[in-house]
Amino acid sequence: MGRYVVRRLGQLVVVVLGATMILFACLFVLPGDPVGSIGGDKARDPAVVKELRAHYGLDDPLVVQYVHYVEKLGKGDLGEDYTQGRSVNEILQPKLVNTAKLAVTAIIFDVILGLSVGVLAAMRRYSVWDVSVTFLTTLAVGVPSIVIGMILQRFFVVELGWFPLISDGSFNSMVLPAVTLAIIDAALVAQIARSTMLEVLRADYVKTAVAKGLPRRTILTRHIMRNSVIPVITYLGISFGGLLGGALITETIFNWDGIGLALITAIQSQNNPIIVGVVTYSVAVFILLNLIVDLLYAALDPRIRLS
Amino acid sequence: MTEVVTGMDGSGTTAAGPAPAAPSAAEPSVARISNWSEIRARFLANKLAVFGLLIVVILLLVAVFAPLIAPADPLHQDLMNTLKEPSSKHWLGTDALGRDQLSRIIYGSRIAMIVGLASILLACFIGITLGAIAGYFGRIWDTLIMRVADVFFAFPLLVGAIVIILLMGRGVLPVVISLGIFSWATFARLLRSQILSVREMDYVHAAKALGASRRRIVLKHILPNSVTSVVVYAASSVGIAIVAEASLSFLGVGVSPEVAEWGNMIFAGKDFMGVKDYLWVYPSLSIVTTALGFVFLGNGLRDALDPKLR
Amino acid sequence: MTTVETAAESIGTTAAGGPLLEVRDLHVEFKTRDGVAKAVNGVNYSVSAGETLAVLGESGSGKSVTAQAIMGILDSPPGRVAQGEILFHGQNILALPESERRKLRGNKMAMIFQDALSSLNPVLSVGFQLGEMFRAHQGLSKKDAKKKAIELMDRVRIPAAKERVGDYAHQFSGGMRQRIMIAMAIALEPDLIIADEPTTALDVTVQAQVMDLLAELQRESNMGLILITHDLGVVADVADKIAVMYAGRIVETAPVHEIYKRPAHPYTKGLLRSIPRLDQKGQELYAIKGLPPNLLAVPSGCAFNPRCEMAQDICRTDVPPLHTVTEADGGELPGRGSACHFWKETIHG
Repeated sequence: MGRYVVRRLGQLVVVVLGATMILFACLFVLPGDPVGSIGGDKARDPAVVKELRAHYGLDDPLVVQYVHYVEKLGKGDLGEDYTQGRSVNEILQPKLVNTAKLAVTAIIFDVILGLSVGVLAAMRRYSVWDVSVTFLTTLAVGVPSIVIGMILQRFFVVELGWFPLISDGSFNSMVLPAVTLAIIDAALVAQIARSTMLEVLRADYVKTAVAKGLPRRTILTRHIMRNSVIPVITYLGISFGGLLGGALITETIFNWDGIGLALITAIQSQNNPIIVGVVTYSVAVFILLNLIVDLLYAALDPRIRLS
Repeated sequence: MTEVVTGMDGSGTTAAGPAPAAPSAAEPSVARISNWSEIRARFLANKLAVFGLLIVVILLLVAVFAPLIAPADPLHQDLMNTLKEPSSKHWLGTDALGRDQLSRIIYGSRIAMIVGLASILLACFIGITLGAIAGYFGRIWDTLIMRVADVFFAFPLLVGAIVIILLMGRGVLPVVISLGIFSWATFARLLRSQILSVREMDYVHAAKALGASRRRIVLKHILPNSVTSVVVYAASSVGIAIVAEASLSFLGVGVSPEVAEWGNMIFAGKDFMGVKDYLWVYPSLSIVTTALGFVFLGNGLRDALDPKLR
Repeated sequence: MTTVETAAESIGTTAAGGPLLEVRDLHVEFKTRDGVAKAVNGVNYSVSAGETLAVLGESGSGKSVTAQAIMGILDSPPGRVAQGEILFHGQNILALPESERRKLRGNKMAMIFQDALSSLNPVLSVGFQLGEMFRAHQGLSKKDAKKKAIELMDRVRIPAAKERVGDYAHQFSGGMRQRIMIAMAIALEPDLIIADEPTTALDVTVQAQVMDLLAELQRESNMGLILITHDLGVVADVADKIAVMYAGRIVETAPVHEIYKRPAHPYTKGLLRSIPRLDQKGQELYAIKGLPPNLLAVPSGCAFNPRCEMAQDICRTDVPPLHTVTEADGGELPGRGSACHFWKETIHG
């Protein structure tokens, strides 16, 4: 276990370094002169410009700026935004919490719906249930979240009025964006659960378990489920990263005050620190979740842990 | 088997992730090139696959012959005839600037096809080259390339693409490049893992033992047998890229807002939801049909090339 | 219901005078997309306590399917027992409800599979999997089960059993893994063990060790053993009698040593001739021509006729019954049978 974790952590450091370089490059080369948007009209005054540039460290050599950037990043400091002069963290953290709420709800939905549907389909292979699950999940995978979001909005908000048009952060206003975010992943989880289940059901060790005279339940919980769940967990870890991309769309459609909406707003106002802040968050979350998934993976599968 | 799962929100990815291949199949099953006519027969026997192929072919034709098919200029504004419901004159109605919706959808297929195909072609080119180097030469090359792939993999597709587009400005080319740059990592990983397993196959050892040159082994034995799963993944990736492209435009960071493009049209129609639903319903249908076409095609190819994976 | 239960309970305790296991006219079918595959077509054989029956045949001959039907672990669907009886201690176990069959499995009859690596669960320690036998059938605690597991590993001579009880299948060598499978099979001292190609996946040197261990354990506890194999070489030292299967039928039965000297079926003869022999060095090795039959379209008459050098018209029309084989002068040859129209010509030349 020890060596495996050390190796994964080593790889992680490389990824983090690479990602920060890209992020830093973005911060630096994104169009829109920061000084222009901070200083407003006063920015025409060369003295003010000079002072502002010094304040933000924009005149230091690139390498120095990068080191500063990484140092600050290490402390969790994402800098100040250009329009309000508030710390990016302060602005984004409540929004991150909102997005996390959405994403966690979506993941729970994915797991419960996807796993049960997929497992049932595998156990009743070739039944009407199985065929319709296969067909519906294939369809669901092909319907993008823009369209799902628009349709849900049209019927449940505009037509039926069950949910508020402008979200107020309540659970009620979270339902539709969470469902939109979850549907495609739930379908994929169902597909993965079904195919690994089918594979495991055919495995020799399941036949051994039957030949040992174990009760059906024991075979299912101990020998089948544990082996089937590993690929699903792996997928969920990665899909969380995709969820952040999906959050851009769902938050825009349903006006959910998360980091996705913050990113779109920041793009419109050329607020670069916020843009880079959001990108940094999503990369950090992805890397962290991948580490967790890897550790879980090792805990569940001795072949990984002990190799 | 490195299982490829495909979602329409850019979550298309190898299920194995950065961790070693899925434990349920420690031995990767490699899609062997069997008889081509057999593959074709299996593909044609799959109704959904043929349906997918049909959709894709029709879309390609529509995109190529758009000027001949479209009843009007998609950019022509007719301010006397704005927001007209579908009628015999404008089959799918007109938008807020009086532009013919049907023509805009027809021309929209051009953007979709160009971006979808070009960006995946770019991703394939980068991914196959780097994946092949990593898989075949191994050692430092493998470590280097795979860590770079990890870095790109850590950016969600849409988020990464937005960054590039902000750097390059809006437009078709930036969208193509940004989607390509943030899609190649999966191709590289997939090809590498396939090569690693094919490399240990008996027929490769046999070729080596018979004194075949390195070049010949790579080109004749390893690549053809490794590349099938990449092709399958590419087919469904085109669908992903088209959806991502529409999503970017919808978010206001794709092609320019006045261009006839499905994401733009849905965004413009959003304000008329419940009042003029035809404005967003038809472009939505176009995206869904396209995406499903590529999903069916990809699944059909997968099942035809390697029936074991079903 | 109660009567059935008591019947199942009594299995094994009131061993009647007859054989331990008797398979009577067993038919097993598999439903496939292209039709019904008849994997087993009327197999009869029996094993007594302490006796070893070797079942010989190519893949697809139905030897493993018969074994799975005895254990009650056929993949069903698509597989099902279409006809026949399996008497265990004189009782037809096919008539028992599944819950009763489950109590027999592992407890009264156990199976050893060919590929121990894939037959052991990769995410559970071998000690746990051995202990499961005692927990499921005897309700032992986790701790006691582990103790029993260590004892078992000692018994099959796995070195440092105490330290290795928590290890996983992939950490053992092939031979050690097969010992674990054997340990699992003998855990509850069953009356019958079915070993399905137990040594095929092993190195030749390890093969002998594993086979010897199995034979030794069998002698110690007087178990019946069904040894399924395609390898005539493995059989000679261990088995008491042989049943040769082809296309789902038994084509020849005989006490083990007689079959080597005087086969009574052309298929057996072909198998024997295709074993390389030192005294025939330099000659071309014999191979039975043609391919094993397609179970969806078994040839009419004798299933072996398309590959048989002796085939006549009758072989293509009439299915040969299992004839009792005798000496040329009519003298008895106990236990011998051949499903060949021309068994006399085959055995007596």
